Amino acid sequence: MKRLVFLVPLALFVIALGYFALGLTRDPAKLPSTLIDRPLPDFDLPPIAGRTTGLRSADFHGGPKLLNIWGSWCTACVVEHPFLMELARVSEVPIMGVDWKDAPGAGEKWLARHGDPFTRIGDDPSGRAAIDLGVTGAPETFVVDARGRVRHKIIGPIGPAIWAGEIEPLLRQLRAEAAADTTQGATDVR
Amino acid sequence: MVAELGQMALILALIAALYQGVFPLWAGLRGDRGMAQAARPAAFASLAFTAGAFAALTFVHAISDFSVLNVVENSHSAKPFIYKLSGVWGNHEGSILLWTLILTCFGGLIAMQAGKEDGLARTALAIQGLIGAGFLAFILLTSNPFARVFPAPPDGRDLNPLLQDPGLAIHPPFLYLGYVGFSAPFAFAIAGLIHGRVDAAWARAVRPFALAAWAFLTIGIALGAWWAYYELGWGGFWAWDPVENASFMPWLAGTALLHSLRALETRGVFPGWALFLAILTFSLSLIGTFLVRSGILTSVHAFAVDPARGIYILLILAIVIGGSLTLFAIRAPGLRSASRLAPVSRESAILLNNLFLVGGCAVVFIGTFYPLFAEIAAGTRISVGAPFFNLAFLPFMGLILLVIGPGSALAWKKGDATASLARLRIAGIVSLGFTLIALALYWQKAGAVIGGGLAAFAGLSTLTEFLRRIRPWRAGAVARITAAPARFWSMSLAHLGLALAAFGVLGAGAFPLESIRYVQPGAGLKVGAYEVLLKEVRPGKGPNYDTETAVFAISSGGRFLRDLRAERRFYPVRGMQTTEAGIWSRVSGDLYLTLGERHPEQGYVVRAHVYPLAGLMWAGAAIMGLGGLVGLGGIPGLRRQARRPAQAMKAAGMPASPAPAEQG
Repeated sequence: MKRLVFLVPLALFVIALGYFALGLTRDPAKLPSTLIDRPLPDFDLPPIAGRTTGLRSADFHGGPKLLNIWGSWCTACVVEHPFLMELARVSEVPIMGVDWKDAPGAGEKWLARHGDPFTRIGDDPSGRAAIDLGVTGAPETFVVDARGRVRHKIIGPIGPAIWAGEIEPLLRQLRAEAAADTTQGATDVR
Repeated sequence: MVAELGQMALILALIAALYQGVFPLWAGLRGDRGMAQAARPAAFASLAFTAGAFAALTFVHAISDFSVLNVVENSHSAKPFIYKLSGVWGNHEGSILLWTLILTCFGGLIAMQAGKEDGLARTALAIQGLIGAGFLAFILLTSNPFARVFPAPPDGRDLNPLLQDPGLAIHPPFLYLGYVGFSAPFAFAIAGLIHGRVDAAWARAVRPFALAAWAFLTIGIALGAWWAYYELGWGGFWAWDPVENASFMPWLAGTALLHSLRALETRGVFPGWALFLAILTFSLSLIGTFLVRSGILTSVHAFAVDPARGIYILLILAIVIGGSLTLFAIRAPGLRSASRLAPVSRESAILLNNLFLVGGCAVVFIGTFYPLFAEIAAGTRISVGAPFFNLAFLPFMGLILLVIGPGSALAWKKGDATASLARLRIAGIVSLGFTLIALALYWQKAGAVIGGGLAAFAGLSTLTEFLRRIRPWRAGAVARITAAPARFWSMSLAHLGLALAAFGVLGAGAFPLESIRYVQPGAGLKVGAYEVLLKEVRPGKGPNYDTETAVFAISSGGRFLRDLRAERRFYPVRGMQTTEAGIWSRVSGDLYLTLGERHPEQGYVVRAHVYPLAGLMWAGAAIMGLGGLVGLGGIPGLRRQARRPAQAMKAAGMPASPAPAEQG
């Protein structure tokens, strides 16, 4: 009987080793870059309190859009937010939001206080969709093309410099692509 | 040319390590003494060749030889020289070479210490050689740092700018000294199992290595946290990231090991447990290496995501850990304590401390690997965050802080609980009073306040015991200071350091103040008692980056205190930005300023934080590390270690060997 106790560490290690080995056969962790040029992972998120529409990955078809991951708990989002508000005012690109790991009602309150730049918002309280998206922290912003493919990802707050340098030129290119697709009748424009 | 020499040196180091590992064990089986002697020179040869390979890699980095792939990928001609050197280990290949170099260094230390007739140390040396051979083969097969590139590009891709920082330049070497240092206790544990000899003499042989490794690991972890604090720009110092956990788990197990070694050395109790901890600590170091390099868990730190390397490291894990635990399961049941465990004694307190440390370690392990287990078993993807760790781990930390005072006030063998607790009554009353007052003020943060009260109790108890022994108010205090054994200083400093660090972590982690605002030059914001005025933002140029430096004027209650600068750096080669927070450290806490993006109309994003007591984290960690080094006998004049007669303790029916020379 006493001998069995001394076998416990070995048994635990063998189990852990089995998991490690299986873990290696898995697609090595979804790094952000692996999503680039791939379709958005499938998600269908419910609306947050105070809104009626949620966010599905199908919502991204039809024209280039931004996808912004935020949360009321996220301090860097407060910094980013005025810029998103301005974007919503001056730019035509729809901004979709994912309210990440928020308490019920917290997102609504936060938007009431800071303004709401989002066309649609999905609620992701468990963080499940964000994991599929490979989100490492908030805020993160994805540029999604008219076919629903991720084309670019920015980690951290976006501001005028990133907008002018990375996002706007890409959006112009994506709009051109979408237009070309439409003329060829190759897409599912709404 | 130098790169090829480095490669040659690596191959020779592998041959020497194999020799060091295989022959003494084989000779031991056949009872051939002459052959067994070969382990020592082989260990020195392996060290020399590995050092040669490391020097060669350092050389090609120093002269920016862009025909070597490793240099191209991690260096740039305009990079400051110091970071050309630290760039040697700022990447996978170089860091694993550093890992192996440190392993062979510890092999050399064991070889220096191993006497001619010391079978235990010689077997340990052989184990060390086998581990070294495994890692040298790993480098040669999967991670060759000397691979050439043709044609050589005109310039390199630069080192990740986040790594171009003095804190991070020295963080990995310290961390590895810690990780790898625990290979020595591990090797001694295997040797002890093979020889069936785990007693006070065994503990004495292991303790200096365990102490040194622990001290380095403590400093290494603290440097990493410090780097995250000032370089990542959000004031966080610990995020329960898998790679941070990978260094923290060996620290917890190693701390338990140190304590159990002490009990084994003095009282001969729980030899099997100490063995297990020695195996566990190094196993966790290896698993940490595996974690970072296989890409098995995503992490912001993982810098070599490569399944082929993962499979090789998995093999090393299976052989080293699986093999040692098998040996443990076969041999350890035969080990006997030299004395019975008395319920009220220092050794019981140490056992309790060990249980808490290992319990905390298990929580960290589960939290770190649960996402992996859940995904494989149930196909669900989840992330385990700070709330879990804080809720499940911190109670263990609280219990440890609670036990420190009473435990170290108890005597060995047969303690007097009433007398010991009576000695700590002032410490107890003061910290209880502190807790109650603080609770009244911050009842919403009861957990942190209670933690602070326990830290205060641990710190004050340590001070009480220290003063009771030294009695500075009586004549002859100097004599008592010099007479106090190094281990007393070591224990007092480590416990005090832990209490201070706990205070700092709780203060900065649970009571931060924050203010974020768009600020135009000439305007300002308030945070805590400080008024922060943005005087100007001026552009500048570093050696391989452009900067924007903000100059802030800090005042409080209208009284000017000082200027403080915060910087944003842009590294064109990698297109990355880093922040250099402006930090003003005071005893009460840190004022922490960062400069963010600029908005054309509204100005700059300025974030101002106050982190109460943050400086205590670093001071506490430094004191802990110092405590570990003092235990090695570092302070001259304090070296008159009380020499104990070799306790004739028998374990597993084997006669005890005469104790080797006492470590400092």
